[in-house]
Amino acid sequence: MKYADEFRDPIAARAVLDEIAKVVDQIGATAEKPVHIMEICGGHTHAIFRYGLDKLTPEGIEFIHGPGCPVCVLPMSRVDECVELAERPEVIFTTFGDAMRVPGTRKSLMQAKADGADIRMVYSPLDALEIARRNPDREVVFFGLGFETTTPSTALSIQQAAREGLENFTVFCNHITVPPPIKALLDDPHMVLDGFVGPGHVSMVIGVHPYDFIAEDYGKPLVVAGFEPLDLLQSVLMVLEQIRDGRAEIENQYARVVPENGNPVSIAAIKDVYEERPSFEWRGLGEIDASGLRIRPAYAAFDAEAKFGIGYGAGARSVQEPEGCACGAVMTGRIKPVQCEQFGKGCTPEMPLGALMVSSEGACAAYYQYGGARAVEPAE
Amino acid sequence: MCLGIPGQIVAVTDADRMMAMAEVSGVRREVNVAPIAQGPLEGVIGKWALIHVGFAMSEIDEEEAAKTLEALRGLGEAQETLEAMAAGDAALEGTA
Amino acid sequence: MNMMPPKMRDQVVTLAHGGGGKAMRELIESVFTQAFQPDAMEDQARLMDAALQETGARLAFTTDSFVVDPVEFPGGDIGKIAVCGTVNDLAVGGAKPLWLSAAFIIEEGTEIALLRRIVASMVAEAERAGVRIVTGDTKVVGRGMADKVFITTSGVGVIGPDRNLRAENVRNGDVVLVNGKLGDHGAAILAARGDMALSSEVTSDCAGLGHLMESVLQAAPDTRAARDATRGGVASVLNEVAEAAGCSIEIDETQLPLRSEVKGMCEILGLDPLYLANEGTLVLFVPADQAEAALAAMRALPEGREATSIGRVGDAMPGRVTMRTLFGGARIVDMLVGEQLPRIC
Repeated sequence: MKYADEFRDPIAARAVLDEIAKVVDQIGATAEKPVHIMEICGGHTHAIFRYGLDKLTPEGIEFIHGPGCPVCVLPMSRVDECVELAERPEVIFTTFGDAMRVPGTRKSLMQAKADGADIRMVYSPLDALEIARRNPDREVVFFGLGFETTTPSTALSIQQAAREGLENFTVFCNHITVPPPIKALLDDPHMVLDGFVGPGHVSMVIGVHPYDFIAEDYGKPLVVAGFEPLDLLQSVLMVLEQIRDGRAEIENQYARVVPENGNPVSIAAIKDVYEERPSFEWRGLGEIDASGLRIRPAYAAFDAEAKFGIGYGAGARSVQEPEGCACGAVMTGRIKPVQCEQFGKGCTPEMPLGALMVSSEGACAAYYQYGGARAVEPAE
Repeated sequence: MCLGIPGQIVAVTDADRMMAMAEVSGVRREVNVAPIAQGPLEGVIGKWALIHVGFAMSEIDEEEAAKTLEALRGLGEAQETLEAMAAGDAALEGTA
Repeated sequence: MNMMPPKMRDQVVTLAHGGGGKAMRELIESVFTQAFQPDAMEDQARLMDAALQETGARLAFTTDSFVVDPVEFPGGDIGKIAVCGTVNDLAVGGAKPLWLSAAFIIEEGTEIALLRRIVASMVAEAERAGVRIVTGDTKVVGRGMADKVFITTSGVGVIGPDRNLRAENVRNGDVVLVNGKLGDHGAAILAARGDMALSSEVTSDCAGLGHLMESVLQAAPDTRAARDATRGGVASVLNEVAEAAGCSIEIDETQLPLRSEVKGMCEILGLDPLYLANEGTLVLFVPADQAEAALAAMRALPEGREATSIGRVGDAMPGRVTMRTLFGGARIVDMLVGEQLPRIC
């Protein structure tokens, strides 16, 4: 088994799709009165469009694209701080490629690089560690962004740096967590949601129980889902079956990767290195309590905020979102990307206005790139 | 969020730093295996893991994978008669 | 070709080699003219070919600059690409490539031995393609002003009177063919660059396509258009043609020829192989009734052994490229925005 191609089998997919259509009928959902399913994770949004699943599922299902794209929810002020750090002459600023094109108020990291800042794209924080080992006379800063999936990687890297006594490696921590914004969305009276497809790779770290409140307190079903197209379809089916049967449970479709209680090594590393911030700002959603992490004082030597006096801890500056940008409304499902006045006009992947157009996981970019906005007839 | 891909651990490269070589479709990359290591590090060799940003984040459970596939195949079998009917349509369109 | 090069004392290029004096002459003679063997030491090449005399024959003229990091990579080097790239630009227009110029911008400090290797691979590739490098130039710039060596090649070829390949000719019902696996060059360069610390056995597909084109045009004389898919990958070429022809193009995801390593690298880094660079990938648009003949002609040559059909031209959405996904869904395949960046999300 290779654990990938098996889950892309088109024949099995047709079977699942037929089953989905059946259950949608049983529920009585139609284009006019659809069931609203939020896929929390941007990876799922991307997969839906990449495989054209939105065109294959019945009209009675409406996907609401959730806030699970770390780049999309990154406030402009965080990007500005990255640029500020990167432009310090002693700094080598290392980052995942995802963050390069996110617009800041002055410039993006891509533009800062063109202006001479030493910014390097890496695949892993381990690569940033290696750059630090090889450049002892420079300050290597790694831009730690992402949800619980990515948090262990920077935690383990900081622990490794501590073991080696590296003095020139810091993490600019902007890690965020998934459950708090979900709670915020569920508390929003305008939000219409019938169920969730949960981010499988977050649960591979934290397990399935952090979502229990969704079923217990809000009475909504959630299915933790894998990322292959069959995983996604099966998870949608499982959510629909719960809705049909009037159940609200936290189910795990992705059991091959997601243990019920997550990964103990990763959880321990996160707890050792990070602590909760009282609150953190999300682009489009505003401040959300206990939704961000910072580095504990014990690891202050590896904390870019502490070392350079920059960042959320040092007087958070909120920056106005650009005029006309409706990312917030899109992210909360109030409007579809195409309903934004700027979509495809003032905001394109070439010249993104809002973050949802920057990341390929962003709902707007996915719409734009894969033709969600334009009529693509099914191939038949 | 969080691109992850199944890879197989093929060798231990640096035991002190918990590093091993992972292979994804013939592409190799050194990864940290701390999250999936139990007992002697050599134990990770041959295991399949979900790789994310240079870390083997979770060991893939073959039995669970088989169960998921079985459930999917179950749906597929119920579908076979329909498939046979669809084959007629496919013949009409598949002229390339 | 196997003469001992004239003695050069220097191991690396210095600014003196660009100064116009003895050192420069030494570099040019020992590294370049010795290998390229131009007819005469004049400042211009004087060209004569029987094909030019034919009534209705047209000259084809093209130019391209080459920068690649690293300059040597699995499957080739910048010299090989500089010859193949320009030869291919001529060939896909239906021209027989005949002559090339080569201009080098060399960074101070570049090893002479590296230059020799690059020049040797240019000579070998030119010989394979049946073209001659007839004129050239060198400039030396200070450290950091260039990355080792940049090469510009221009090429001249002759288009026979009966040939008229152009994107505007492409029409509804045509079949889209490629000569082999997609994205190998992009993947090989990505691995060779080393900053993602990935290793694989993938080598660049860098190859001259002149002979392949000749052979296809013999077998499928009504071939409408051809493109050499380089930067921006196959997706960009398809979009260009769809726009020029006012047609839609529908490709089939299950038919895309991709090496498993290339798929693997794309999955690790979140890239789309349709946008990965190629350096020897021919995209052909042929009438449906000549598609089999074109495929057979390609498969008879090593650079077309894995030739296959990837899609069809239609008229549903003029100017657009769509892909039928593995599941029978459809999605738009747009032009690339900026460059593809590795991502984790």
